[in-house]
Amino acid sequence: MLAYLPVLLFVLVGLGFGAVTIGLSTIIVPRRENAVKNSAYECGVEPVGNARGRFSVKFYLVAVLFILFDIEAVFLYPWAVSFHQLGLYGLIEMVLFILILLAGYFYLLKKRALEWE
Amino acid sequence: MIPTEWALALSAVLFVIGVVGVLVRRNALVIFMSIELMLNAANLAFVAFARQQNSLDGQIFVFFVMTVAAAEVAVGLAIIVNLFRLRETVFVDEINLLKG
Amino acid sequence: MSIVPQPTFLALDWWALGPVLALTAGTILLLLLEFLPQRANGNRGGIVSLLTFLASGYAVWRVAGEKRELFGGMFVHDPMTVFFTLLFCAVGVLATLMSWDYLKRTKINQAEYYALLLSSVLGMVVMAASNDLVTVFLGLELMSLALYVMVGFRRSQLESNEASLKYFLLGAFASGFLLYGIALLYGATGSSNLAMIGAFLADTPLATNPMLLMGSLLVFVGFAFKVAAAPFHMWTPDVYEGAPTSVTGFMSAGAKAAGFAALLRVALRALGPVMVDWTQLLAVIAFLTMTVGNVTALLQGNLKRMLAYSSIAHAGYILVAVAAGGPEGASAAVFYLATYSFMNIGAFAVLTMLGKGREERVLMSDLAGLGFREPLLGLALTAFMLSLAGIPPMAGFMGKLYIFGEAVKHPQLLWVVVAGVLNSVVSVYYYLRVTVSLYMKEPEGEPVGISWGAPAVLAIVITLAATLWFGLQAQGLWIQAQNSVMGLL
Repeated sequence: MLAYLPVLLFVLVGLGFGAVTIGLSTIIVPRRENAVKNSAYECGVEPVGNARGRFSVKFYLVAVLFILFDIEAVFLYPWAVSFHQLGLYGLIEMVLFILILLAGYFYLLKKRALEWE
Repeated sequence: MIPTEWALALSAVLFVIGVVGVLVRRNALVIFMSIELMLNAANLAFVAFARQQNSLDGQIFVFFVMTVAAAEVAVGLAIIVNLFRLRETVFVDEINLLKG
Repeated sequence: MSIVPQPTFLALDWWALGPVLALTAGTILLLLLEFLPQRANGNRGGIVSLLTFLASGYAVWRVAGEKRELFGGMFVHDPMTVFFTLLFCAVGVLATLMSWDYLKRTKINQAEYYALLLSSVLGMVVMAASNDLVTVFLGLELMSLALYVMVGFRRSQLESNEASLKYFLLGAFASGFLLYGIALLYGATGSSNLAMIGAFLADTPLATNPMLLMGSLLVFVGFAFKVAAAPFHMWTPDVYEGAPTSVTGFMSAGAKAAGFAALLRVALRALGPVMVDWTQLLAVIAFLTMTVGNVTALLQGNLKRMLAYSSIAHAGYILVAVAAGGPEGASAAVFYLATYSFMNIGAFAVLTMLGKGREERVLMSDLAGLGFREPLLGLALTAFMLSLAGIPPMAGFMGKLYIFGEAVKHPQLLWVVVAGVLNSVVSVYYYLRVTVSLYMKEPEGEPVGISWGAPAVLAIVITLAATLWFGLQAQGLWIQAQNSVMGLL
């Protein structure tokens, strides 16, 4: 069980640090409230409200494009790990792969899919 | 080390949850999420088998499935959003123009 | 530094990969060409698409006699790959021809349409050439994802969208089944390579292993969805009706042929040793599919829906051949797929010309009197209907002859052959209803408009010639079909 002592200490220090900082700040902070300060963020979206509110359809477009280009990076990982073994052949293949992705990216730019207005 | 059977059992449970979700839910987005759950159940099974057999094939398969699933998300979300803009609904019961 | 052996590509391999390379390049080229200005009434997309299909067909035809395994045995170039690649290129050419004027009429974005057409054909080629469950899945998804979008291409039209959503949800659901089945097969046999699975199953008595049984069942369910076999056919009529007519024609031939090509590869090459256990189940599914398709088709008034149910029925006939199994059954299925592709695309090519000014709906009653107003078009449609019904001397007759001729050699399949012949008789009724409408009904109200266009006419002429030729001179195609399945066993 002794092996877990550092974990226990870590948990205690973590909890203690949180408790002390929050506790101290509630005690010593001066309170001069106004409307702007009480809002959740000074900019951004109100965090509380109807969950079924609508988003602009542009968010969906950006999300879809993001997921497509993001997930392609998954193929870079196995290549990066075995880069040395794969050599020039692997490099050429990856360059081709990226070029095909780039073609899609340029098509998006051409279609103005990334412009907000 | 976790036995392969446990991972397989979890994957089977996830798959069944996905299938049941597709069959009983009426919101196109939720149906879609259930389908993704089925794909990920298969991914889990692939990884479990790959470890059991000490081969990499199953893990490589997961990479492909993940990208295919992402492409499916892109196409599916586009279709659902477009339908919502036309019909103002994502409930499959209300999407019933075509029947014979 | 290199530890991994570098693959060496012979000139032969480049030709064998020609269709894959050409179709990929064509897709990207179509998208990049959008950067250049285009004339308002240009046909750039169609021309690129035609050239790509011709180049693909030429590349694979050049090395038709060879046999190679590429990418560590995941992709094979063998007679079956050659046969189906040529078939898909032909389907692609015909789809391009019948879309030519249709796209302009319906104001569909040409570059994107043809790019999706090319990638969908690419998926079909990969499916037919795959020797690994990974490539089967990738090819299937590539084909399906492109088709989901093509079905919903008329974005502002509710029917098209609804068809797209239904196709997408059910197609993705089926992919989930297929994928889980693949995972279980991989787990049970330790490999995803079809030949290695086959070798493993031949040595190891695993027939009753629950994981193998479940895996094969799920894979069959996945394929049944894709080829529209009962009881997984529900999506077909809605999707066929809602999709743009040119897309319906393309997918009814191409997607079905690709689904069956991959099914044949998996069933014969990987599961060959255990297929005996599946014969009766396949026969039952074939019977259900034929019967449901034909009986429901009797009730349809909309031509596209009628052809959708008819395509379900045809999947049933082909399943009889798959159930018969062995090289003969497989070659009967391959032969039928080739002839079916031509006659069905022909029928849809006629449909793309009908229905001017009234969107997609072409009812049976719209055809009234058309046979006299447009004698050539009426004659062509009649020929396709006779062929689909399986009446000599059309290609459809020879296809049915081969399938039932092979299946009847297996005593346990006798019942399904009898059911199949009865079904064909039933089907004659609704196919002839079209002919009766064409020639014997008085037109009511506004006659349906015809949009003539040289490319669509060319597509009809080609399919008509093929339908007649394969009916009268079936021997040549039959030998090719037999040749194509040799490598599987």
